[in-house]
Amino acid sequence: MNVRVPLDIRPDLDARSGGAAPVLRERGQREVFCGLTSIVWLHRKIRDAFFLVVGSRTCAHLIQSAAGVMIFAEPRFATAILTERDLAGIADVNEELDRVVVRLLERRPEIKLLFLVGSCPSEVIKIDLARAARRQSEIYAPNVRIIAYSGSGIETTFTQGEDSCLAALVPTLPQEPPAAAPSLVVAGSLADIVEDQFARLFEAIGVPNVRFFPMRSADNPPAIGPNTRFLLAQPFLSETARALEARGAKRLSAPFPFGAEGTTAWLAAAADAFGVPRSRLDAATAEARARAETALARHRATLSGRKVFFFPDSQLEIPLARFLSREMGMVPTEVGTPYLNRQIMAADLALLPEGARVSESQDVERQLDRCRAERPDLTVCGLGLANPLEAEGLTTKWSIELLFAPTQGYEQAGDLAELFARPLTRRAALEV
Amino acid sequence: MDLTLWTYEGPPHVGSIRVATGMRGLHLVLHAPQGDTYADLLFTMIERRGERPPVTYTTFQARDLGADTAELFKTAVRDAYERFSPQAIVVGASCTAELLQDDPGGLARALGLPIPVIPVELSAYRKKENWGAAETFYRIARGVAAPKRERAAGARPRCNLLGPTALGFRHRDDIAEIARLLETLGVEIAVTAPMGASVEEISRLGEADFNVVLYPEIALPTAQWLEKAYGQPYSRTVPIGVGATRAFVAEVARLAGLDPIPGGIERDSRLPWWSRSVDSTYLTGKRVFVFGDATHALAAARAARAEFGFKVVGLGTYSREFAREVREAAAALDAECLITEDYLEVEAKVAALQPELVLGTQMERHIAKRLGVPCAVISAPVHVQDFPARKSPQMGFEGANVLFDTWVHPLMMGLEEHLLTMFRDDPEFHDGVQPSHLVRDAQARNPEPIAVEPAPAVAHASGPTTWSAEAERELKKIPFFVRGRARGNTETFARERGLATITVSTLYEAKAHFGR
Repeated sequence: MNVRVPLDIRPDLDARSGGAAPVLRERGQREVFCGLTSIVWLHRKIRDAFFLVVGSRTCAHLIQSAAGVMIFAEPRFATAILTERDLAGIADVNEELDRVVVRLLERRPEIKLLFLVGSCPSEVIKIDLARAARRQSEIYAPNVRIIAYSGSGIETTFTQGEDSCLAALVPTLPQEPPAAAPSLVVAGSLADIVEDQFARLFEAIGVPNVRFFPMRSADNPPAIGPNTRFLLAQPFLSETARALEARGAKRLSAPFPFGAEGTTAWLAAAADAFGVPRSRLDAATAEARARAETALARHRATLSGRKVFFFPDSQLEIPLARFLSREMGMVPTEVGTPYLNRQIMAADLALLPEGARVSESQDVERQLDRCRAERPDLTVCGLGLANPLEAEGLTTKWSIELLFAPTQGYEQAGDLAELFARPLTRRAALEV
Repeated sequence: MDLTLWTYEGPPHVGSIRVATGMRGLHLVLHAPQGDTYADLLFTMIERRGERPPVTYTTFQARDLGADTAELFKTAVRDAYERFSPQAIVVGASCTAELLQDDPGGLARALGLPIPVIPVELSAYRKKENWGAAETFYRIARGVAAPKRERAAGARPRCNLLGPTALGFRHRDDIAEIARLLETLGVEIAVTAPMGASVEEISRLGEADFNVVLYPEIALPTAQWLEKAYGQPYSRTVPIGVGATRAFVAEVARLAGLDPIPGGIERDSRLPWWSRSVDSTYLTGKRVFVFGDATHALAAARAARAEFGFKVVGLGTYSREFAREVREAAAALDAECLITEDYLEVEAKVAALQPELVLGTQMERHIAKRLGVPCAVISAPVHVQDFPARKSPQMGFEGANVLFDTWVHPLMMGLEEHLLTMFRDDPEFHDGVQPSHLVRDAQARNPEPIAVEPAPAVAHASGPTTWSAEAERELKKIPFFVRGRARGNTETFARERGLATITVSTLYEAKAHFGR
């Protein structure tokens, strides 16, 4: 293997209606977070869950740093740090882990769901967390369920941590009764406020039995079965989608709900699947669409015609580039994504403009070379790159906020546009 | 396996990155899995650096484990050399790569690069960030050291400033302040390292007459080696606080052979008079809890007692390497000692000791906020707020001035804040009551309790004794900031005597018992 292989440009024939759009694939340093980072938002979503990382001091330090230093309260995540005794076999890793779990559950009796999260070191030394979870589940059932998944950097990139977590949860979801009425599951963490808005919209449209996954509380999981349709609210859920499909649920293909157009298309996929006439969808969404349009219009002058360059981060890049190009008139030059799942991304890929270079994986040095050469008006990148690029005179938007802030749906469309407009407005406003 | 919520120190390779990032012309290649690049944001965001740290990570993934991670590492080193043209390369492994046993040092040397290649063994499962920084600095110093050159007779005395790194707590401003002080003393600075030094400058460390060790956690191994290899003595005093700075000046004068010490060095030292000024009387005996890295905690405890007139009730550190020194200092101050990396233990100790001021890290700032106690930050781990735009040293006489401001201001502001939120519903909060800024006089008069008691909420819930209505009313008349302690003391007193009911007289008996 050689990271210096020349650019691997393969024609991508299946994804885009526009024909053979190339996808640039590179190998080199990947400037991305590992999957453990997703604990930062997952623990806030599932409020009676605890995330115990079995890893190293690096894992603990990463989560703490990514969380933007510290949260006031005692957090619902922690790291069981492996020490030399564990590695040398002086201590039995399983006994040690059991001891840590006992201490944890005694301290936090409100916990209903405990995740044992695998890390790079735990996977390299092959600690069987799935078996540990089964063993501990027998002890703590029915009060606490214990589930293992991997958030390691060798297995997962950033948002794939959520994918891995949800995929591990899917087999534990209850079985839908055979004669159950058709239901819709919306998969992928959304801010509570966004979730509630969507719930109201689905009701107004007339889509029945809508459940959200992950659920806010561990003891209220959605049932899954052949009558379940599911709609991904986040684009990074490949494994989760596969797991849901394995249980008979059917995925509805749609662009992701960013911007007014994206949200309408996303809702329409559900409406179509449930036989709701378009007229009802139009009527139920008319007001919200008008509000979104007003909010978006405010930022169009700032964004329209500006070049935008995405470094790979969360897999939100392709849907966001689609939103910025179609609804805000921006010109995506490069759209980097850590992974490209063509099936899940098909609807968004088809709507990307000609000339937008999609790149998968990363050689950060060469990508920086391209970015500097192109001098985009706005560069969307991680926190490690943002200030250095600003210091070189480029305007940046740090990508993690696009994930942490509520951005989906009609009511947030304007906020989403504002996240991109703010760095440009700020640069124009500053006279220092 | 150690259960950890928040950590005071990162892993050792973060210490290596801190050393490399501060230097010029050095590149660090880390064998590390995808995700370990998060460390870059510590420097670009917390410290607001405008350049990426000079670090290349191999970012291997699961599929690479089956292939050839060693080849991946060699390619990364070669690419880094070609792209960045460094004058030296440091190679190491983060925790996961350490398990692969790829031998970064051997692999990098096999490339035959025309520059020094310095391997560091980081022992990720035993050691931590400060150790990693110290080890890396020491390896670099040894790796590029040049032979000692004799200096001309009669030249000015000359020293190195050792210890500052990227992401250090106020290192930027400490260096400037101490450099100014040394210049006033007539001592020339040869090299400041690692932060600010080029590889070439590091090779000339041996040319100084002696070393000034500003941060022992980071510089001690290097200073000890330089003493052995080049016969350079090094300073032991860390100049934080007026007294320590005076001692430091005396020590430097001795090392440099200066006699007499030039006058006027304390011209801008204001802490002594600010502290003697009568408006500071209310600081007397304030109960202070100190926690941080060993250097800053020890210095803060000493200054708190001798230069502010505080009573240090607790002193602790997460730097286990310096546990002995901290224990001795705590014993001398008659303060409780705490050596721990467990933030919950620190929180429990703060709750139990009920200090009136916490001097700690960003962690203690959160603890103090939760417990409603004023706090000033004195030590790493750092936060974006610890990189102020203005100069704000901790060291030297100006550093002591800064200490006075930063330790005293939260105290008053904290008090005002409490008065607003806590007195809102109290009967005292009426027209005609004593103005809030005078309440501190009442506090100063209040007797100092000697007992250590649990947090008020705990004591309240677990006490088998009950309060008579009258005693409860009397308790409410005690200022809020000592009420919790008064309640705890009284309940302890009643429990010890098997009293079922606390009356007004129990309250005053307890006061007399605990008061001095």
